[in-house]
Amino acid sequence: MNLRIELKNGIMSASLRGELDHHTAGALREEIDSTAQKVKPTLLRLDFSEVPFMDSSGIGLILGRIRLMALWGGRVAVAGLSPQLRKMAELSGIAALAALENTEKEVNAK
Amino acid sequence: MIRTVNKMELSFPSHSVNESFARGAVSAFILALDPLVTEMNDLKTAVSEAVTNAIVHGYRDTIGTVYISAKILADDRVIVKIRDRGCGIPDIEKAMEPLYTTGGEERAGLGFAVMQSFCDRVRVASAPGRGTTVTLTKQFTRRNDGE
Repeated sequence: MNLRIELKNGIMSASLRGELDHHTAGALREEIDSTAQKVKPTLLRLDFSEVPFMDSSGIGLILGRIRLMALWGGRVAVAGLSPQLRKMAELSGIAALAALENTEKEVNAK
Repeated sequence: MIRTVNKMELSFPSHSVNESFARGAVSAFILALDPLVTEMNDLKTAVSEAVTNAIVHGYRDTIGTVYISAKILADDRVIVKIRDRGCGIPDIEKAMEPLYTTGGEERAGLGFAVMQSFCDRVRVASAPGRGTTVTLTKQFTRRNDGE
């Protein structure tokens, strides 16, 4: 699993790459949190376009970051969910807590 | 009684690195069914949840052995058993409630909800101090009309 972080205008983008499970979530969490706590972005955007598989550990990762960002009033957006990942996100009800960006919309915007 | 077409068993130590090995092995086993990608991903996800439970909860403070057995039935049903000899679940009903977790802040508490939603049937047998067995059953779409 690897991670690319970009910072721009108070927005922190974290692009995840690889299979996301309980084993890989730990290191990701630490990397994302150490940057987020330093920068305190207004928006954390988690990009899952290169995540071919995720179990509920991915939902745990998103929920934990929503909690962290709330400490300074920041929000979380989730992008690039494949239909399989979206199914998991919908089951979790996470859409009430984070903005789920529509993939097609993103593609059209580019 | 429906005929078993193929079966397999495997066991491995409860190191979290084996979560991906376990779901990968089950996926590889069912490839012979020529499964729909979505159905295979559903089962793969459910297996990942059950194995993670065994590792995170069953063997909470220790490393033990996780056992998986899987079979493919002649009607294209797949049955996967994930078993640990860990601490067991005192209250199965409570453990299966969505969002209930004893795993701390980073666990969503969705493991069983995902298994139930992604499989046709989930059975949990557990005894405190003796371990837990989760049995997942999933019907795959029949694609070969031979036989």
